[in-house]
Amino acid sequence: MSVQEITFVIIAVIGGVSAVRMVTSRNVVHAALYLVVTLAMVGAVYLVVAAEFLAWVQVLIYVGAIVVLLLFSLMLTKAPIGRDTLDNQQRGLAALVGMGVLAGLAFLIQDSFGGSKPITLHQATTEQVGVTLFRGFVWPFEVVSVLLLAALVGAVVIARKDDPAGSRRGPDRRAPLRRGSEATRR
Amino acid sequence: MSETYYQSYGIVVALLIGGVGLVAVAFGAARVVAPRRQLPEKLTTYECGIDPVGEGWSQSQIRYYIYAFLFVIFDVESVFLFPWATTFERLGMQAVVEMGIFVFILALGLLYAYRKKVLEWV
Repeated sequence: MSVQEITFVIIAVIGGVSAVRMVTSRNVVHAALYLVVTLAMVGAVYLVVAAEFLAWVQVLIYVGAIVVLLLFSLMLTKAPIGRDTLDNQQRGLAALVGMGVLAGLAFLIQDSFGGSKPITLHQATTEQVGVTLFRGFVWPFEVVSVLLLAALVGAVVIARKDDPAGSRRGPDRRAPLRRGSEATRR
Repeated sequence: MSETYYQSYGIVVALLIGGVGLVAVAFGAARVVAPRRQLPEKLTTYECGIDPVGEGWSQSQIRYYIYAFLFVIFDVESVFLFPWATTFERLGMQAVVEMGIFVFILALGLLYAYRKKVLEWV
């Protein structure tokens, strides 16, 4: 076994164990923290296969931002959640579906890459990623910004609805704004 | 090339192990050496030195979620800025314009959030 393979096995075991702990944990916050470990281990796998940029994107977006979003949305849910209520009667079915997905993926990967020769590792630098992105994928890149804009506007709209001074008041655009500032002054 | 890549990340891994080891040794030593007398007062949650009120679980306001969401959006934007920063010298004006449009569209979102007063606290 090469150093790479040993590293991969260590990473995979840590990631797999924390993934299992994530779904079996009774406390949602603990589950979120196990998710951090799992996602970080996915990033480490990217590092092992020399996809440096992707690995740090994984850390920045998933370990950083997505988990923060998840924790905030946990704090938004009806409290108190409690330790014993966080369980599902469909455990057996869920395990079955999980095993099915695992078997399917394993079969697919084995089927498509099983017989082929190992590929020599090619390190992709951030600069190469940038050149490819800004030369070949200009439109997808710009569409990403529209997607992010749509997500942001959607989140703002949903968040405003909860506000008692929200914009449930006819087509007049200025009115809800003024009502909002009145509400804050009270 | 890939040799130096793994060597440089070997240093990172060594640093990581060293850091985790340092904390583990410090806490382990404290656990071994320090006397442990657990009183109910000692086991309460620390909350600025005052007795904690209510439960640990409480429903937070949705505006926190908006801030977290804004963070995610602009985190994604910054991720695209990294490859841009390494290549815009080579690609020149084209890359500048591309990133300008990207940042402008996202700035519209920020403007929308500002106009809808979700950025205002209080």
